[in-house]
Amino acid sequence: MSETREIVEQCKVLYEDLSLASVKEWKQRTGGRAIGFMPVYAPRELVHAAGMLPVGIMGGGENLEIIKGDAYFQSYICHIPRSTIELGVTGRLDCLDGMLFPAICDVIRNLSGMWQMLFKDKLVRYLDLPQEFTKEIGGTFYKQELQGLVHELEKLGGKKVTPEALRHSIKLFNENRRAIERLYNARAETPENLPTYELYLVMRASNVLPVEEHTALVEKYLAAAARQKRNKLDNARVVVTGAFCEQPPIALIRALEASGCYVVDDDWVLGARYLLGDVAMGEDPLQDLANAYLGDCVETASRYETRLEKGAFLIERVKRYRAEGVVFCAPSFCDPALLERPMLVEALNRANVPHTSFNYAENTSQYHVFKEQTGTFADSIKLWGTA
Amino acid sequence: MIMQKKMIANHFERLSNTDKTGEKAVYTFVPGNLNELIWSFDLLPVHPEINALQSAMRKQSGDYVLEAEKIGHSEDVCTYVKSDIGMMRKGNIGPTGQRLPEPSLLLLSYTGCFTFMKWFELLKQEYKCPVVMLHVPYQADGRITPEMRFYVTKQLKDVVIPKLEEISGKKFDLDRLRTMLASSARSEDDLVHVWNAAKNKPSPIDAYFGGVYYIGPIFTAFRGKPECEEYYKTLRAEVDQRVKDGLGPITPDGKMHKEKYRLVVEGPPNWTSFREFWEMFYAEGAVCVSSTYTRVGGLYEQGFRHDPDHPLESLADYCLGCYTNRNLPSRVDIIAKDIIDFQADGFVVNSIKSCNSFSAGQLLMMKEIEKKTGRSGGFIESDLVDPRYFSAANIKNRLESYFQMLEAKS
Repeated sequence: MSETREIVEQCKVLYEDLSLASVKEWKQRTGGRAIGFMPVYAPRELVHAAGMLPVGIMGGGENLEIIKGDAYFQSYICHIPRSTIELGVTGRLDCLDGMLFPAICDVIRNLSGMWQMLFKDKLVRYLDLPQEFTKEIGGTFYKQELQGLVHELEKLGGKKVTPEALRHSIKLFNENRRAIERLYNARAETPENLPTYELYLVMRASNVLPVEEHTALVEKYLAAAARQKRNKLDNARVVVTGAFCEQPPIALIRALEASGCYVVDDDWVLGARYLLGDVAMGEDPLQDLANAYLGDCVETASRYETRLEKGAFLIERVKRYRAEGVVFCAPSFCDPALLERPMLVEALNRANVPHTSFNYAENTSQYHVFKEQTGTFADSIKLWGTA
Repeated sequence: MIMQKKMIANHFERLSNTDKTGEKAVYTFVPGNLNELIWSFDLLPVHPEINALQSAMRKQSGDYVLEAEKIGHSEDVCTYVKSDIGMMRKGNIGPTGQRLPEPSLLLLSYTGCFTFMKWFELLKQEYKCPVVMLHVPYQADGRITPEMRFYVTKQLKDVVIPKLEEISGKKFDLDRLRTMLASSARSEDDLVHVWNAAKNKPSPIDAYFGGVYYIGPIFTAFRGKPECEEYYKTLRAEVDQRVKDGLGPITPDGKMHKEKYRLVVEGPPNWTSFREFWEMFYAEGAVCVSSTYTRVGGLYEQGFRHDPDHPLESLADYCLGCYTNRNLPSRVDIIAKDIIDFQADGFVVNSIKSCNSFSAGQLLMMKEIEKKTGRSGGFIESDLVDPRYFSAANIKNRLESYFQMLEAKS
C-alpha cells in the first residue's frame, strides 16, 4: 500500500465511524470531555483551551440509514438536520458532552432548540456570530458571546480557561490553518498528486482528531503526496462552491474528478479554513479571537459581506488557483447556498468565468447525472475555453 | 376593514407619487420592524413580504415566482423572495396596480429569519442602493440579555440612525419618536384586548384568518400613526360589542353560526388560496382562537409595549422579541399556554414549505405541545405565495380527519 493510500485509509476509517469511536477512545485516554459543533465556523480554540476535544458534526453522510430522523423534519428541509438528529437519538453522539450550533441558517438555528428539548442533560449552545463587523459594536458583542461560552465550558469541565491555555490553543490552530493552506496550495499546484477525494478525507479527519494530530497528519500526507508522482490528466481546473454545510457524498466527489475536473478549491469543511490569517496571540486572547472573526475571513453565504462586491472573493479564488470554471454544488433546500447562487452567477458572468450548477443531498446515491453534467462542462472548457 | 383599506390605499398612493413629491422609500421587513423610527425621518416604509402576500391574494404571485425561477432562482427557496424579485423584474407594479418606488435605503432588520439577509443582498444588486444592517441576536435561551439589548441599541445609535439621517437629510428627532412610540403603545393595548376577547365562548374573532387583518396596520406601515390608533380603538369597540351580543367571528360568508372547535394555529397562512383555506375551517365550525403568525411582528400579550421613556431600548426589545426570534422551547411554551388560556380543543400546524424559520422543528414542537397540554395537534403543509404548493384536496382531507378525531375525543 502506498504511503498516501495508507493515510487516506486511516482518514476513511474516521470518516465512516459514525459512532465516534476515536472520540470515545480520546476521552478514555485523557479523561477529557468532547464538544460537538455544527458547520460552518466555531471557535474551536475555546473548547481546546478548556481541555476538551472539539468534534465537527457534519451529518451522517451517505452511510447512515435514516430511520428516526425523517420523523422530525418535513420533506422540504435539507438532509443534514435529519441525519444529525438520527445520530443523536440513536445514541451515536452520546459521547459528546455538549453541542454548539453556530449561526448559519434557520434550520441549524432551530436544530439548536430541538437539541435543547431532546438532550436536556447536555450543554447546548447557539453561537450568535455577529453580522456587524466593527470592533466597537459587533466585536464587543462577539467577545461577550465567547466569554459566555468560556463560562459554560468552565462550568462543565470544572476547570478555569486561562489566557495562557487560550494562547496555546490559538497557536496550535494557527499551525493547523497554515498546514491546511499548504495542503490546498499544493493541490492547486499539482492537482494530479493530491486528488480531491484524498484531500477531502484528510480534511474530514480534522473533525475528530485533536488539532496537533491533525496538523501532523496533514504534513505527513503532503510529504507523501509530493513523493508519489501521478499522471497529469488533461482535466479542467474548477472551483467547487456551495457545500459549506451539508457535505456531498464521497462518491460524488470521485465522480466529479472522474468526469474530467481537477478541483483546485472548494468550500467543504470550511470551518477549518474560515479564518484566513493567523489569530494574534496578545494579552487578551478572547479579543484576538473576536478580532480574527471580524477581520479577514472567507466570503460565504452565511456571512454578511460588506467589504466586497458580491462574488469578488470567489473570482479572486478562481484567479489565484488558475481555475477555468466554477461548479456550484449545493445541497437541495439549502437556503444560504441557493439564495447566494444567483448573485455569484451574475458576478461570474460579468467576469466571463464559465460555470455549471447542480444540487445533491448527503445521501444521494445516483452519480451518473452529475458526472455527465460536469463531464460536459469540463469538455466544453477544454474544447472551446468556455461552457 | 374599510378603515384599513383606506389606510393601505393612501399609503400606496403616496408611494406611487414619490417621483413628484420627492419622498423617499425605505424597504424593511415586518418582524421587529422600526416603523416609528422610519416615519420619524419622514421616510416611507415598504415591506416586501406584504407586497408578496398581497400579490398572492390577488393571484399575481405565481407568475412572479416563475419569473424569478426563470432567471436562476431555485425552486427550493423562499417564495416571498421570488415573488418580490419577479414583481420587480416585471416593472415593480405593487399589489394595488401602482408602481412602487425604488428604495433609497434597504433597512435590513435581521430578525428571526436568515433569508432576510440574502433577500436584501439580492435587492442591493438589483437596485444598487445602500443597505444598512441591523443584526438582531437570537433568543437562544429564551430571554433577552442586557448584552443583546446593548448590541442592538448601539447599532441603532451608531449605524442605523446616522444612515437614516443621511438618506433623509434630517436630524434625528427624539421627541417625535417618543410621541410615535406612545401612540404605538396605545394601539398595542387595544390589540391585546382584541386578542384576549377570543377567550370568550363563542370567540368573537378568528385570531388567525381574521387575525391577519387585525395585525395589518400595527405590523406594517402604520404603527405609531394617529390613524393606526384610531383603527385599533374602533376594532376594540367593535369586538367588545360582539362579545356583548354573544356573536362569533365574521367570515367571508357572513356570520359564523356555531363554534364547534376552538384551535390554536402555528405557522403563516397560505395566501394564494386564502379564502378557500379559511373556508375549510369555518365550514366545519372551527374557530382559531389564537395563532403564532399574528405574533410574528411582536408578542404584546406578554407585556411588551413600545416605551417612549426608553425609546431605543424598547425598539431593541421589540426587534428581539418577535416570535420567530425565540427558541423552540419558548415557542412550545407560548402555544401550550395559549391552548390552556384560550380553552382550545387542539392545535393545527400549517407547515410552510418555503419558511424554514417557522417550519424547521415543528414536528418535534407538536410532540412537546401534546405532551404539555394533552391536546392533539393536526398537521398540514402549504406554501406562502406559490400556488403550486397548495393542494386543496390534501389539506381538506387532513383537516376533516383531524376534526373527526377531535369530535371523537370530545
